[in-house]
Amino acid sequence: MMTGSGTTIRAGVPGRVYVALALFAIVGPFVWILTASFKHQIAIYAGQFPFTPTLSNYADVLFGRRSDFAGNIANSLVVAASSTALVLIVGALAAYSLHRFRWPTWVSAGFLAWTLVFHMVPVLTLLGPWYVAFRELGLYDTRAALIVTHVTINLPMTVWLLRTFFREIPPEILEAAHVDGCGPFDAFRRIALPIALPGLIAAGILAFVFSWNEFPIALTLTSRTTATVPVAIARFAQQYEIQHAQMAAASVISTIPAVILMFLGQRFIVSGLTLGAVK
Amino acid sequence: MRDAAALPEMTPQRRGARVAIGQLIDRSFRYWSLLPAALLFAALTLYPLLNLLRMSVSTIAFANGAEVWTFTPLRNFEALTTDDVLRPAVVNTIVFVVVSVVIEMVLGVALAIAVAGLSRAKRWVRTVAILPILVPPVAIGSMWKLMYNYDFGIFNQALVALGAMPVNWLGSTSVALASVIAVDVWHWVPFVFLILFAAVEGIPPDLLEAAHVDGATRAQMLRFIVLPLLRPAIVVAFLFRAILAFKVFDEVFLLTAGGPGTSTELVNLHLYKVFFEQNRLGYGALLSLAVIAAIVAFLLVSSRVALAVRRNGHSG
Repeated sequence: MMTGSGTTIRAGVPGRVYVALALFAIVGPFVWILTASFKHQIAIYAGQFPFTPTLSNYADVLFGRRSDFAGNIANSLVVAASSTALVLIVGALAAYSLHRFRWPTWVSAGFLAWTLVFHMVPVLTLLGPWYVAFRELGLYDTRAALIVTHVTINLPMTVWLLRTFFREIPPEILEAAHVDGCGPFDAFRRIALPIALPGLIAAGILAFVFSWNEFPIALTLTSRTTATVPVAIARFAQQYEIQHAQMAAASVISTIPAVILMFLGQRFIVSGLTLGAVK
Repeated sequence: MRDAAALPEMTPQRRGARVAIGQLIDRSFRYWSLLPAALLFAALTLYPLLNLLRMSVSTIAFANGAEVWTFTPLRNFEALTTDDVLRPAVVNTIVFVVVSVVIEMVLGVALAIAVAGLSRAKRWVRTVAILPILVPPVAIGSMWKLMYNYDFGIFNQALVALGAMPVNWLGSTSVALASVIAVDVWHWVPFVFLILFAAVEGIPPDLLEAAHVDGATRAQMLRFIVLPLLRPAIVVAFLFRAILAFKVFDEVFLLTAGGPGTSTELVNLHLYKVFFEQNRLGYGALLSLAVIAAIVAFLLVSSRVALAVRRNGHSG
């Protein structure tokens, strides 16, 4: 009754009921919004069930003449893909450099502590100065401003996560490469990076999702033409007459990357979210 | 070196130049590898931080599209004392963080232990639990805004079907904060679960086996073996949750935007409004600095506490 398989304490009936309830609670809201997205507005208001499914909400959101949502998706994809590529390059170089070369403590520890503090501070605190600076530079309302800021907010996670992977490379391998005449950059490119590939994939997945999901920066640094998906969804919710059905459809579309990565990124999510503190 | 060998048709001079560049890249690699990250952080965190200091003692007005800065060191501090929203925002934030994190920890730890005790379907639970964490928080906000809707949301439909009165989940001052906390709990219990689940699965089976042989009850095993061994993971989950809870913005912005009145006003929402709705950059900067100082203080204290707990965990 208790240990059985030997791994841990067997769940009793209350435990099983609790797990079932938890699963239902997690999945329920997704099912609800998915069904709402296939209902006509009037069917949502009437609380109809069963209902006649319709694709009109998706058609309105994606192809409607008054909807910018297709453009929002394009903006989100460009920003998320570019910022992910950049943060991987910058982050991998920095993480490797901090691990491999003997930097004075104030550089290495200072850098890591600074990224940690920045990671913990609400981004809202820096939005004011960013807004002022990007206006002065003429970068307000550009994708470039969004890409650069998204690289910055994802850099702490990337550096901390990749550090844990570089740390596991046996120093003997790099020493041997050095003896064989392999320069430091080549050693990084041909030995360290391939070994750290799982870490790069993990950090890349998370950076992409975080950039795709990011809301406050996009809200304040973009306007109509450069707005991303979350900003567009917030606009739906803020209209005087909320288009609930379209809002539901847009929300469902916005979850697609998460659903794909849920299956791909399982192992990495926790270590990424805790900056490598939990493996 | 390899590049030169791989390009035999090159003239010796050009080959020499390539090698020289390669050596330059190699020899200075140590420096330029850290440079991009350092520059980025200097430009986008250090410089803005210094700018916050400057802004916090200034009043910034917009005239003809240009900013006009005036040095008014005391004005923003005065604004601090006359800001009626600040107090409720701080109180709500503390209530929000404490209540939601405590509930999430209890539910998440319990879920981890329960799931670890299942003989099947563990992987499925783990996969599903990842979903709320990865979905855009804005989508979560809009999802729950629909479910909380007074007229056609699922909760009121259920209440009416049961013959009860519908509840104004987001529109009444007495319920709104609890409704917002419920969304946060839904969002983040899976995160606590995932961290703790890894820890529960890592408990050596021999320990439990031995306790079982010695006749320990299930409650005793939980109390004296499982929970003590989970302590480091609980501390990690708690710290990350506390800080992430403090960063909350997106969902609440969508659900209530701080209302009704100030009943769900949080520090972050207030910051946003001061900066971007009231256009008070100077006062907003002062508030930002206060928030940053509070976070740094929390980090310093909590890292001490976490270290102490960890040390206790090892000795005890």
